[in-house]
Amino acid sequence: MLWIGVIGASLAVFSWKILGYLVPQKLVSSNRALHVSSKLTIALLAALVGVQTFVSSGHVVFDARVPAVIVAGVLSWLRVPFVVMVIISGGVAALARYYLHW
Amino acid sequence: MSFSVGLATGLYAVSFGALSTLAGLNIWQTMSLSLLMFSGASQFAFVGVIGSAGLSGLTSAVLSAWLLGVRNGFYGLSMSPMISPRGFKRITAAQLTIDESVAVSMAQDSEPNRKRGFWLTGMFVYLFWNSLTALGALAGEAMGDPKSWGLDAAAAAAFVGLIWPRLKDLISTSVALGAAVIAVVTSLFLPAGWPVLLAGLFGVLVALFLKERD
Repeated sequence: MLWIGVIGASLAVFSWKILGYLVPQKLVSSNRALHVSSKLTIALLAALVGVQTFVSSGHVVFDARVPAVIVAGVLSWLRVPFVVMVIISGGVAALARYYLHW
Repeated sequence: MSFSVGLATGLYAVSFGALSTLAGLNIWQTMSLSLLMFSGASQFAFVGVIGSAGLSGLTSAVLSAWLLGVRNGFYGLSMSPMISPRGFKRITAAQLTIDESVAVSMAQDSEPNRKRGFWLTGMFVYLFWNSLTALGALAGEAMGDPKSWGLDAAAAAAFVGLIWPRLKDLISTSVALGAAVIAVVTSLFLPAGWPVLLAGLFGVLVALFLKERD
């Protein structure tokens, strides 16, 4: 089941990549389309942040993930390298769970 | 430049590999995503949705990954006239059409350099991304309970890192806030994964509605 998803999603993403090389440029390229595409990407990523942070099995839960995400935001603002930021944020959640039982 | 971009992107790959196996994918599925999908945001979204929703979120995981691939379509459009690949080379060029190869290419000052920037970056990133995904995947499998390591929070942090550079103006930030609120609130009554897609629709509508302001 999962494999079908992996292959399907990979083909779906590839369909976008190859589209640009198959379609004559005059047909699809406008500032508006670029604008829409950029806001779509932002909305999806933001939604993923929200859901990954606050949602657990259909309920809104405030737990160790919240301080971790706040730390992630601060570290991103400070331009800390991605993998370091992710590790530290995960660590914040782990510590909050261990010591504060969040 | 291509080499260092490739290496830096490889660090994202370690996070991806680990988060993927912790979300429940096996090493082969994880590696397949990096080899076949080869697009960071889409890959993180796919394993993120599976990680929180399980198999019931499979449809929306596929759809989320697909929607996050839209920008790759625009990249292809910009690169196509310059690279003009024929036949099989189109498939290779397409696969390597990602944020980094396009960005490095566009930063060059001459057409030969732009072509070289695209191909070299694409190949280096492909090499580092896939080898470091494997490393991350192995590390992920060696870890025990994802939650005690804070890995669910790490996935959220990864998305923060991916969105941060895009929040350059007020409209983008507002879209992000609105999308997050919509996704969280609708999670209370919609099946897992669908709130994210609904939030995506919100982003599209805002962009269409506000086009005159730009």
